[in-house]
Amino acid sequence: MQYRYKIAGGDFSNAGAVASSVKKTLRQLNIDHRLSKRIVIALYEGEVNVVAHAYSGIIDIDIDHERIKIRITDKGPGIVDIAKAMEEGYSTASTQVREMGFGAGMGLSNMKKNSDSMQITSEPGIGTVVELTTYLNGNEG
Amino acid sequence: MHGQNNGLLTEYFCKIYHNTMLITEVASKIEGRVVCCENKAAGEVEYAFSSDLMSDVLKVERENVLLITGLANLQVIRTSEMSDINCIVIARNKKLNSEIIKLATENGIVLIESPYSVFRISGELYKAGIKPLF
Repeated sequence: MQYRYKIAGGDFSNAGAVASSVKKTLRQLNIDHRLSKRIVIALYEGEVNVVAHAYSGIIDIDIDHERIKIRITDKGPGIVDIAKAMEEGYSTASTQVREMGFGAGMGLSNMKKNSDSMQITSEPGIGTVVELTTYLNGNEG
Repeated sequence: MHGQNNGLLTEYFCKIYHNTMLITEVASKIEGRVVCCENKAAGEVEYAFSSDLMSDVLKVERENVLLITGLANLQVIRTSEMSDINCIVIARNKKLNSEIIKLATENGIVLIESPYSVFRISGELYKAGIKPLF
């Protein structure tokens, strides 16, 4: 199954709508509760990142029997130093983002913790692509 | 009268056998007002976590957790939805707009407004036996 969602940068009132929709899909597919929680938390952090930092983004979800792949592609400032961005506590978030309860520099590490593999590629001035894969072992998908 | 007795009995069983507290009792200890999902206020909580940092809330793995926060925005509700938190206490009577209440209602999350500060709410509930997470 494949789904595609579009996200607008700065649209804080809708941040989380994609994760919410995917959560419902995973429930319908009878994916283990704990596993589903990890997946939607990683996705939600990624979604907030796009809203917080980029101009626009696309989220592609691909689910089969074995795994769920989430690809978040955004047009935005990109990440100059990915290793630095992965460090807990490092953030370039605006005051507005911090007022929403994010921007403490925990997003990327939370995403990594809640997925089986995470890959980030970024081109400063163009945008960022984050790919998350989580295996659904033991589930019928 | 019968209903009232039942309520007290449930409260007693929660305390003795599950070490949990009814959401209605939580509200009464902090001068709280249940804003939505009153029908779910008969649920129980065992742990509480106070935070204004949503990424920290997303690290919560336990169930039956109550969130105490000074933030009143949509992200508090979305974060709770993702973390399976079914009750949120909003400190210092922050204004909850209709969008926030609607999203909480859709997700079956009980919202409680309290005039107390995050510190006082945490203190009262800790004293009453609600457990910390960390």
